[in-house]
Amino acid sequence: MRHIISILVENEAGALSRISGLFSARGYNIESLTVAPTEDASMSRMTIVTSGSDDVVEQITKQLNKLIDVVKVVDLSEAEHIERELMLIKVRAGQKEREDMKRMTDIFRGRIIDVSDNTYTIELTGDGRKLDAFIQALDHGTIIETVRTGTSGIGRGNRILRV
Amino acid sequence: MDRVKTSALSGAEIVVRCLQEEAVEYVFGYPGGAVLFIYDELFKQDKVKHVLVRHEQGAVHAADGYSRSSQKVGVALVTSGPGVTNAVTGIATAYMDSIPLVVITGQVPTHAIGLDAFQECDTVGITRPIVKHNMLVKDVKDLASAIKKAFHIAKTGRPGPVVVDIPKDVTAAVCEFEYPEAIAMRSYNPVKKGHSGQIRKAMQLLSEAQRPMIYTGGGVILSDSSALLRELVKFTGFPCTNTLMGLGAYPGTDKQFLGMLGMHGTYEANMAMQHCDVLLAIGARFDDRVIGNPAHFAQNPRKIIHIDIDPSSISKRVKVDVPIVGNIPDVLEDLLKLLRAGHVPDVSAWWKQIEAWRGKDCLRYDRNAKIIKPQFVLEKLYEITRGDAFITSDVGQHQMWAAQFYKFDKPRRWINSGGLGTMGFGLPAAMGVQLANPGATVACVTGESSIMMCLQELSTCKQYRLPIKVINLNNKYMGMVRQWQQFFHGNRYSESYMDALPDFVKLAEGYGHRGVLVEKPADVEPALREAFARKNELVFLDFITDQTENVYPMIPGGKGITEMILSEEL
Repeated sequence: MRHIISILVENEAGALSRISGLFSARGYNIESLTVAPTEDASMSRMTIVTSGSDDVVEQITKQLNKLIDVVKVVDLSEAEHIERELMLIKVRAGQKEREDMKRMTDIFRGRIIDVSDNTYTIELTGDGRKLDAFIQALDHGTIIETVRTGTSGIGRGNRILRV
Repeated sequence: MDRVKTSALSGAEIVVRCLQEEAVEYVFGYPGGAVLFIYDELFKQDKVKHVLVRHEQGAVHAADGYSRSSQKVGVALVTSGPGVTNAVTGIATAYMDSIPLVVITGQVPTHAIGLDAFQECDTVGITRPIVKHNMLVKDVKDLASAIKKAFHIAKTGRPGPVVVDIPKDVTAAVCEFEYPEAIAMRSYNPVKKGHSGQIRKAMQLLSEAQRPMIYTGGGVILSDSSALLRELVKFTGFPCTNTLMGLGAYPGTDKQFLGMLGMHGTYEANMAMQHCDVLLAIGARFDDRVIGNPAHFAQNPRKIIHIDIDPSSISKRVKVDVPIVGNIPDVLEDLLKLLRAGHVPDVSAWWKQIEAWRGKDCLRYDRNAKIIKPQFVLEKLYEITRGDAFITSDVGQHQMWAAQFYKFDKPRRWINSGGLGTMGFGLPAAMGVQLANPGATVACVTGESSIMMCLQELSTCKQYRLPIKVINLNNKYMGMVRQWQQFFHGNRYSESYMDALPDFVKLAEGYGHRGVLVEKPADVEPALREAFARKNELVFLDFITDQTENVYPMIPGGKGITEMILSEEL
């Protein structure tokens, strides 16, 4: 099963490699991993999307908690949460395709953020499935380049992860 | 020592002052370019004594043996690059057995890091998966608190090694020194008390048990809970088994002790593990060498209570019913209180069954052999040292025989590499044990293959006059490899025979020690007696033993805990 694990980690050198190293050393999957500082500059927040049986995911959270730099760990997918991912996608947009491409972007509530004679760069936010769906909806030949941030997540309502 | 701010000190002085503040008695190490300032400061004082080893692996094993036998934090000091890579095996050994160490490593100057400088390696990167924590100190202002943190992390919670990597320029830089009295870390707060509701559940299960079993590991020794364990076992009247790492936690000579369990555990311990209805696991981790195949173990239904300080040890290989995360002595005290107020079940029928299993006498061996049986040497070793020696071992058949035949009545007397299984551990570990316990009898049980992996430390033993007794069980084979090849690889003894062995007697003499060759069963006892009478000398006893002897019982890899191969003697 797919799980989204949120981690608050001390902003120390090497913290990222401790976490990614733990996943590779113990043979856990990483589907995506995102990390950036929080409003508290001494801490970073990481979102890891992983998959595994309940037993494996239980071990993952325990092993993460054991790392000295890790302040808090929560499995977001255990309860109501929101997930978002940002994709930048560069597509062929010559005279022929321009209209269609603009319409498709609007349908998916994306934005065109860069234009050249024959390309558009589209910004699209949503959960992973929405981004997948957008890629599916395009004619594959028109895609020049894609970059995705990986999933970030947050609990709904009063579900809060902070120190 | 005053904790007020002192005038400015160099990083190297700070390192030494920190070690003094931590009341470190011995540092095991080997100098080199990156740690020269630290060595210079060590030279100028005499509170912290330095023990010069002959290879960095030996330094870490010695610090490890020191810690295991004394419950203090072991300290090693090595230089950058090859100093660190040589220390890696030692660090991994300590990590697998949860031994508290602080390993201080030199690093190239900060401006040279990442430029492939001479003797540079990514110490933090290389050691990351084999330490409890590590850190690179880039600013002299952080040095004292980093070392304080290192000691704190190493010895609290589930203990383990911590590496502090210090660039050379940081040891030369100067700042005010203040050693923090305490350390608070928001990301690290090991639990102490166990959950009272869980402890109550455990008590209920134990008081209703018909076939209870107490199974304990290294955690009982590391947390110094041996006395409480004895109280619990005595009060309940339940049977008790120890893992390889847990030997000595419960007296090996007591009737309620079923011997070690696991791959080379006793028949009765393994049978009782499989057939019990309530299993109380304390500071143990159900590893593959202990319970064998978890699917086979799960065939018999039983309720499992598991006490451990590390939540990740619980339900890792075996699902447990009552997990109790906490410091073992705290939990055992609470549990004992409840048990005393409650009811203890009658388990006499269960004991009858266990005695029948015990009647098999699974450790029997041929006592009339014309060649020296290794088991016989260990029995005699036990007798002559009155069961009161510190025994270190290397890894292989001799290790298993020592675990089976030396009945440890006290904790911290049996010192071996259980988790990583590091050949070469025994001799340097014995050095640490002897320094931590001056005047005590220390023996290193080893084999001709293992001993050669850290043989150079015989030179260290000479320098510090460590009167260790080396019990070399010499069968000219990597015995355990040979045994597996005999059982599982059609007697094809691929590369397990040791040809061109040195003359160990001359070798010992070459290092300035006494060497004795023992070839006949009748000479075993007198040779041991004479060796142990030499209180101030290292004696290397080379016993020529039966090449074909195997360790029994044996659970083949991947098999179930009761699928034991028993000795042909049975």
